[in-house]
Amino acid sequence: MTNAWGDIKHADLVVVMGGNAAEAHPCGFKWVVEAKAHRGAKLIVVDPRFTRTASVADFYCPIRPGSDIAFLGGVINYLLSNDKIQKDYVKAYTNATFLVKPEFGWSEGLFTGYNEEKRDYDRSSWDYQMDEQGFARVDETMTDPRSVFQLMKQHFAIYTPELVERVCGSPRDKFLKVCEMISECSSPTKTMTSMYALGWTQHSKGAQNIRGMAMVQLLLGNIGVRGGGMNALRGHSNIQGLTDLGLLSNMLPGYLNLPTEKEKDFGTYMSTRGFKPLRPGQTSFWQNYKKFFVSFQKSMWGDRATAENDWAYDWLPKLDVTYDVLRTFELMNQGKVTGYFCQGFNPLMTFPNRGKITAGLAKLKWLVTMDPLDTETSRFWENHGEFNDVKTADIQTEVFQLPTSCFAEDEGSIVNSGRWLQWHNAAVSPPAEARSDVFIMAGLHLRLKELYLKEGGAFPDPIVNLRWPYAQPEEPSAEELAKEMNGQALSDVFDPTDPTKVLVQKGKQVDTFAQLRDDGSTASFCWIYAGCFTEAGNQTSRRDTYDPGDTGLAPRWAWAWPVNRRILYNRASSDVSGKPWDESRKLVWWSGERWTGYDVPDYGPTVKPEQAVGPFIMNPEGVARLFTRGMMRDGPFPSHYEPFESPVANVINPKIRGNPAARIFKADLEALGSPDQFPYVGTSYRLTEHFHQWTKHVWVNAALQPEFFVEISEELAKEKGIEKGGWVRVWSNRGSLKAKAVVTKRIKPLMVDGRPVHVVGIPQHWGFIGKTKKGHNPNSLTPFVGDANIETPEYKAFLVNIEPTSAPAVA
Amino acid sequence: MTIGEVSRRGFLKAAGVGVAGTTLGAMGFGGAEQAMAQAVRPFKLARMTETRNICPYCSVACGVIMYSLGDRSKNTRSALMHVEGDPDHPTNRGTLCPKGAALLDFVHAETRLKYPMHRKPGSDTFERVSWDFALDRIARLMKDDRDANFQTTNKDGLTVNRWTSVGFLAASATTNETGTLTYKVMRSLGTLPFDNQARV
Repeated sequence: MTNAWGDIKHADLVVVMGGNAAEAHPCGFKWVVEAKAHRGAKLIVVDPRFTRTASVADFYCPIRPGSDIAFLGGVINYLLSNDKIQKDYVKAYTNATFLVKPEFGWSEGLFTGYNEEKRDYDRSSWDYQMDEQGFARVDETMTDPRSVFQLMKQHFAIYTPELVERVCGSPRDKFLKVCEMISECSSPTKTMTSMYALGWTQHSKGAQNIRGMAMVQLLLGNIGVRGGGMNALRGHSNIQGLTDLGLLSNMLPGYLNLPTEKEKDFGTYMSTRGFKPLRPGQTSFWQNYKKFFVSFQKSMWGDRATAENDWAYDWLPKLDVTYDVLRTFELMNQGKVTGYFCQGFNPLMTFPNRGKITAGLAKLKWLVTMDPLDTETSRFWENHGEFNDVKTADIQTEVFQLPTSCFAEDEGSIVNSGRWLQWHNAAVSPPAEARSDVFIMAGLHLRLKELYLKEGGAFPDPIVNLRWPYAQPEEPSAEELAKEMNGQALSDVFDPTDPTKVLVQKGKQVDTFAQLRDDGSTASFCWIYAGCFTEAGNQTSRRDTYDPGDTGLAPRWAWAWPVNRRILYNRASSDVSGKPWDESRKLVWWSGERWTGYDVPDYGPTVKPEQAVGPFIMNPEGVARLFTRGMMRDGPFPSHYEPFESPVANVINPKIRGNPAARIFKADLEALGSPDQFPYVGTSYRLTEHFHQWTKHVWVNAALQPEFFVEISEELAKEKGIEKGGWVRVWSNRGSLKAKAVVTKRIKPLMVDGRPVHVVGIPQHWGFIGKTKKGHNPNSLTPFVGDANIETPEYKAFLVNIEPTSAPAVA
Repeated sequence: MTIGEVSRRGFLKAAGVGVAGTTLGAMGFGGAEQAMAQAVRPFKLARMTETRNICPYCSVACGVIMYSLGDRSKNTRSALMHVEGDPDHPTNRGTLCPKGAALLDFVHAETRLKYPMHRKPGSDTFERVSWDFALDRIARLMKDDRDANFQTTNKDGLTVNRWTSVGFLAASATTNETGTLTYKVMRSLGTLPFDNQARV
């Protein structure tokens, strides 16, 4: 989230699209209700199903799963062609004025530079025109045909209300009503917020779905302001934290990148990370990259990371490709993975195409699960009749099932959607012999270190030299680790403007990432967390409800990254001169001497407005990007692509299947189904009574929603002779499941390209362990293909067939 | 005892019985007040230890207060009795959803794991093992594979120092501190297949 949960109460319009906040984030959704009740805010829901969020909306518009870019493209086209944008904001705070290279273009669904064989683009033309000094050329009038503004107008012109209706199945009048309501927020004193979740990410073009709405929000001037923003409602309690900490195959902590093998040394790695400003006088904060990188390396290897050995650059693994989970399970199926760890993770239930997941796990030599609960993955080898039909004796995988503590039994911080790090304490001890994950990880490290010291072996240096300064090496404390994330001075840190002045004494915690250095004098595991645990103590355990201006930001409750900032890009809440766009909702403004307000300014505190430094200080442009240059694999603007399995061809170019830049492995391409055999759209989701596969272990939730079902429309039920509550079989080209049918008015057939398209809704909470009845799971059916940029699987739109059937045999 | 300064709750708890008595007294019920106070059972949670926590489910991250029996002396085990929303929390203001409201039964689920278990290749059952057995054996398996499959250079002779034949899925419900230690241990081995739920 750019903003905070409590800030939603300041919105005039809430758009929930790509999520279902009332059911999946109920206690956060109350801030929408607050905005409606006390501010007169309106709520729009765009969703394939009439969800509980839709049931309290002021306006609901249906949409076919996987067609969001066409819809959002339609909204962008409406705003641009009706001049419903916040022009001053767009002009000064976005790259609408920037000029793009003459070679760049788009035709028949593809941008320039496409290579069909590689399913990839040469992105060199997707960039600005540069002048002799290396600055981007701009046209302040935004009339130049090569300006981003004009290119955007041209790119989105095809997304007419007619096209939106034809592609999305959203009735034209409803779509136009949504546009009209959204367009009112182009006023500087009206604000809209976007709340989305996995309904947008779980597509082969998920990142571009979000880009689409981010563009809408920029055109309306709604980023950096109270009641606005792009608000990702994240799924797990600390999924934000693990993302921040870089527990991803290609990341380092704090959104630094793991090197690729082409970056043969530290100099080469840094050579593309200079982040030179693209306009005169801009901040370009990533110019500090080296300080954050070196401080991370010092956190890992302490004294052993030196200037002489390039801060132990060679001790980091180098990527040839990204080892995301889809690739890893593909490699498992090829017999190239020996062992696998699942820490609080149940991939048998949660990864696509369960058949492939089972086959992959069965090819492992060993599997280790670490979980408070008995998971299906840890018992993937156990036969449960038609709910897990495997030949146990044939599965040669050695399995360790390690019992861990849960939240009630450990302490530490977790990061909410609004980037707040909140500390929690243990109330009780774990049951029987269950231990913490920290005990397990430390136990493995210390054993491996001992083995490498004793026996030698492959490249032991980064293991035997790993910094391990903990009082109890076999189980480091949460406090020690929190201090390590924050970082400390390894030797005195001096003021760069006055080298006689010590800013941080050796051994002390740093207060902020501004104190980090690239000379080895500081260590910080995750630079964006610098400030979370300082000499003043653990900031994440603060619980002061002080809230000046009734902003809902609670600046002394817990601690938000970065530097306790609650709304990102908040400089943009004021106009160029530093005066709030909306006095009644002011956030950060220029006092005449400095930037002040209710939040920590996302800006140099004394940079005068007339210096014209852009408010998006992380970007070398200083402004937000409507055109993303070559930063995304599938295009600098969003473009409509069908899901890989779709009931219709892409109307823009019928030859394009799925996202043309998304990776798909050969066997998975062959496993895709076609609409003649699988005419219905399957989509997966969760219910308010359950949390993923966890709550089926909880008897209260199991009693509330005991049994697996699928949801279909009355029309489809009639067509297929399916009774309310009757058994159905639903199958895709990859698998089959049985469920009871909930025949509902919540899902209606959509008219797409002149014919009705039916949607089959499949909730995802059942398996073969727990207090609920045994049940199937949508991932028996889902396709094994991910988003072009980040490989999040396309769980939300695929093809199925359905027929009445008999009850499953009881296992 | 209060863990994590539960200020308002603590105040209400201490003031509870007195407030009720005074109100009745002010209304002129005299002796009835005493009889009433005797009839009302003491609030059960008043004798509990309160601990501040955060709901482990979605990223709204509602504040919760956990009530446990036991004074945490060395020779006792605390027992969790009740979980409710934290009224001071700026996001949830004391409310919980159908999942959060049933957290007590998550902690006490019958399917909570209690002992390290081991399944031999081809076997149809788990067998209980010791932590030392499990960790010694896993470390051995890791090292054997790493020594066999670790790549120090690629085909062009460039240093790559990577290990791709063992993978790790990290848990997005663990703490930052657990995530930090997990990262250090796995990356120092050169592990590349390393993701968490954010990937899916």
